[in-house]
Parts: sequence; C-alpha cells; structure tokens
Amino acid sequence: MRRKGYWPFLIPGVLASVLVIVVPLVMTVYTSFTKWNGVGEQRWIGFDNYTRLFDDSLFWSSFGNIVLLILAMAVVPTLLGLFLAAVLFDYVAKKFSSRWASLFRSGFYLPQVIPVAVTGIVWGWILHPEYGALNRILDTIGLGSLAHNWLGEPGSALYSVMGIMIWVQLGYPIVMFMAGLQRVDPELYEAADLDGATWWQRFRKITVYLIRPEFYVVLVTTTIAALKIFGPIFVLTGGGPSNATLVPSYFAYKNFFEKAQVGYGSAISTVLTVLIIALSIVFLRLQNRAERKA
Amino acid sequence: MTLTANRAPAEQRTPAKAEKRANPLRFVILAALLALLLIVIAPLLIIAINAVKSPADYASGGPLSLPPRLYWDGIVDFWNRVDFGMKLWNSFITSFTVAVLGVLLSILNAYALGIGKVKGRVWFLVFFLVANLLPQEVLVYPLYFLSKEAGLYDSLISIVIIFTVIQAAFGTYLLTSVYQEFPTELLDAADVDGAGKLRTLWSVVVPVSRPTLGVLFTFFFIWTWNEFFLPLVFLVSNDNQTVPVALGVLQGDRLMDATMTSASGLIGILPAMLFFLIFQRTLTRGITAGAIK
Repeated sequence: MRRKGYWPFLIPGVLASVLVIVVPLVMTVYTSFTKWNGVGEQRWIGFDNYTRLFDDSLFWSSFGNIVLLILAMAVVPTLLGLFLAAVLFDYVAKKFSSRWASLFRSGFYLPQVIPVAVTGIVWGWILHPEYGALNRILDTIGLGSLAHNWLGEPGSALYSVMGIMIWVQLGYPIVMFMAGLQRVDPELYEAADLDGATWWQRFRKITVYLIRPEFYVVLVTTTIAALKIFGPIFVLTGGGPSNATLVPSYFAYKNFFEKAQVGYGSAISTVLTVLIIALSIVFLRLQNRAERKA
Repeated sequence: MTLTANRAPAEQRTPAKAEKRANPLRFVILAALLALLLIVIAPLLIIAINAVKSPADYASGGPLSLPPRLYWDGIVDFWNRVDFGMKLWNSFITSFTVAVLGVLLSILNAYALGIGKVKGRVWFLVFFLVANLLPQEVLVYPLYFLSKEAGLYDSLISIVIIFTVIQAAFGTYLLTSVYQEFPTELLDAADVDGAGKLRTLWSVVVPVSRPTLGVLFTFFFIWTWNEFFLPLVFLVSNDNQTVPVALGVLQGDRLMDATMTSASGLIGILPAMLFFLIFQRTLTRGITAGAIK
C-alpha cells in the first residue's frame, strides 16, 4: 500500500534547514562577490576576490598544508588502522583472547573522545619548549640535542601537528575495521589456513578485500575532516609560526573575524566547500564502481 | 603472565594449541602492541600525574616523576578561577537540548522521507547529505550576522538552534535508511486499528526504532559537547562559554604554570572519559552504524 500525505512532517525540518543552512550558504556565496567589512555597505566587485585568491601565496600554502594533513589524518591512520585492526581481530583475539583485543581497541580509541581543546592543552604542554615533557625525556635519555620548540619553529610545527593528528585519528579506523571484520565468515580464514596461506597472504587477499566498504567510508570521512580542520590548528599553533601551519578554514576565520575582510573570507570558504563536495562526489563514484565490480 | 597461567589448562587440551603457545612470535607481537598502546596513552598519563603534583614537587622532580603526595590545589584553583562548574552546566544543557531536539527533528524528517516516501525524497536526501559535508566556515559569518540582528548573539539559544539543525542533517540521513526498511506489517496493522499518522509515529515507529534513536542521541550529545568552532565564535562572554571554549581560549595564558595547565587538561578529559565509559556500548555499535547499509 502506497502511503500518502506525509509531507507535513517535513515542514519543521525544512524551515529550520532553510534558516540555518540554505540562507547562510547563499549569503556567503553572494558575499564572496562583494567587498564588505561586516558593518558598512556591501559593494559588488565580481570575481575580484577569486582572482586575488589565486594570486595569494598564503592561500596556496594553506592548501599545501592540507595535503600533508590529509596524509596525517586520513592516509596514515587508515593504513595503520587497517593493519592494527587485522592484527587485533585475526591474531590477538584468536591467540590470546577477545578481551585483550577490545582492551587494545578502547585504548587506541581514547584520543578520539577527548575534546579538541583538551588535545591542544595536552600536546601544547608536552611539546612546550621550556617545561614540556618531550624535551625533558630527550634530555634524560641523552638526546638533549634533538630538543627544540616543536610547535614554535616553522621547520617543525607542521610535522608536530601531523604527528598529533595521527595520534588523534588512529582509533577511528581501528574501531570501524574491527566492526567490519565481524561480517567476515570465519570459514574463509579456515579455508585459507588449510590451503597453507601465510598470515600476510590472508591479510591481503581476504581482510583487505572484504572490508572495502568500511575502507572507503573511513577514507572519505577522514579526508573531509582533514579538509575542514580548524580546532587543532587554533589551539596548537594559531596557524603559526609565520603561517607554517595555516589551513583554509583558519585562513577564512582570520579574514572574517580578525581582518574584517568578509568578502575575501567568504571566497575562501566557498572554494573550500566546492572542493569538499567535488571530492565527495569523486569518492562516491569510485565506491560505486568498486561495488559493481565485486 | 597471569593470563597465560589462567589459559594454560584450556590450551593443553589440543597439541596444536600448545605448539602455538610456545611460539615466541606471539609475545613479540603482544609486546609491540603494548608498547604502541603505551605511546598512545602516555600523553594522558603524563597530564594525569602532573595535574595532582604540587609546583614544588614539579620543580624538583620534573614532569615525569610520580607525585610524592597528591596535591589537589591546582585543580581546585583552576576550577574556581574559570568557574568550571558553570562551564560544565553550559556544556551539559546545550548538548542535552541539542540531542533531544536533534533526535526529534530527525524522526520527523525520516518519517516523511523513509516511511512516507514523499515526492522528491531523493533530492531531500541529497540536500541533507550535502548539508553534512559543508564546512562550518561557509555558514559562520551569515549566522553570526543574523544572530546579531535577532538579538541571539552570545547566547546558548543560538548554539542550540544551529547544532540541532546540523546534527539533524546527519540524523535524517541515517534514520531515513533505517526507516526505509521498517516492517510494513506494523504500519498496516496501525492503519487497520485506525491510528492516525502521528499516533503511528509515536506508538509504533519510535518504540521500534529506539536502539537507533539511542545511538543518535549519544552521538549528538558527544558531538555537541566537543564542538569548538561555532561556540568559539558565538559564546564570547565568560558566563556563556562551554567547556571546550573555556579551555581553548585559556591556552597560552601567561598566568598558567605547568601544573595548573595539566590540571586544566585533566578536568577537561574527565567528562569526556565519563561519557566514553557510560556510552561505550552504544558508541561502538553506533560508530559502525554509518558504514552498514
């Protein structure tokens, strides 16, 4: 039986979404074609903000930094997480006990539940040049010469942030992949064992193959999270030193609320939005194609 | 070691397992995993031991020594200085309200799209999916501007409204896919009983989908609790700040010494850990909810 007349239930959701999402989105896109300081008159300037953007070396370096952050937030955690999930699920749970496996899983997941501001405090403190624990540890084990201002020097700031983001992200793929592995028929593994397959062969041919859906989901969500990154940058480095860790969202924030260049900030966030949506479409296509092949 | 001792009797039953037990590789792998786990939780442990260390003990023993005695003044001082009880309450009431309203809004949307299958539902779903992807930067300035016009700037109400809609975009997407599979027999039975659409929603659909709604509630609560960017922009006065904003803006404050900084870190971690423990079961189920089709 075809059900009819349900549209009134959509009214609150549609009204609220128009107010909070559609109208602001349209306003930002419009503003990106104007010059505006946020209070005075808004002046239409066509594509000027965009041409300025493409000549702005800060804009390009902020995207260069994002590429490295995608490496740290999406690629490395996904690959490392895939390997760790397979070891935990297929080795630790079987040769020790599943309690050990879930203990490890919870431990690795812990950094994910901590608010980003607290991550900033924890790592800002550990990497602090004067009283930070990392420099003290290096001193204690006789590597004092390596000690330096991790987040405060342009040469090391971005790499430090990358290391921290691997720490933050690692738990998410592990949890996702371990859940995905539960779908795998244990007989497949037993059959592979009987055929004399090594652990590594099983990992490559069975594990990786069967959890491709989770693999795509994790890669897409973490890549988008990397493109949107704001909080960790704000609390760890403020985009510095000398813009070494600047990212698009923080660049937009600075233009909105520090420089009162609202039109320019809107252009930056519009470009970022287009990029995220385009990337999501590409990922969805790839995923669909992979599923059709399977 | 106790673990192997406990397991030994069970494993001796089959020779194959006993052989595996003797394999030294097992313990190399376990040791490597434990070392990695230690690296992952070490930062939190270091924060915890320094949060309960007096500045004098810190000065003499450094960051890695265990505190000779527990010292709570750092935590108490920090708590009083930022009026942490107030921040906790702000965070709690915002997250709780968003979670309740967000789940309600998701239910209404998903009822119309998943069960009612209204015309153009694919486009609505595309809209909610895109809304999920949008970076908050592309919404922030107009929201800031409009909330000032409406007199809602620097108020928890603006944060509640915005996050209810943002979280419900995800909730609608997830819940619609659940409601599409909703058993038709239950709906038909409600029709036969003469229940209206609203009655069917409240007395059939909502009770049956309660596990999913619980997962959504948990997600919305924790996500809103951890939100940083929009609360940072909207909640400028001290009395309105949430926990993450209060801790975030204190970073780099000259008045904060090493032990007080770790005290602030510890009391920021504790609520998150508490939620993690309370919601752990729902969470591990829920994190995977998005992946399963």
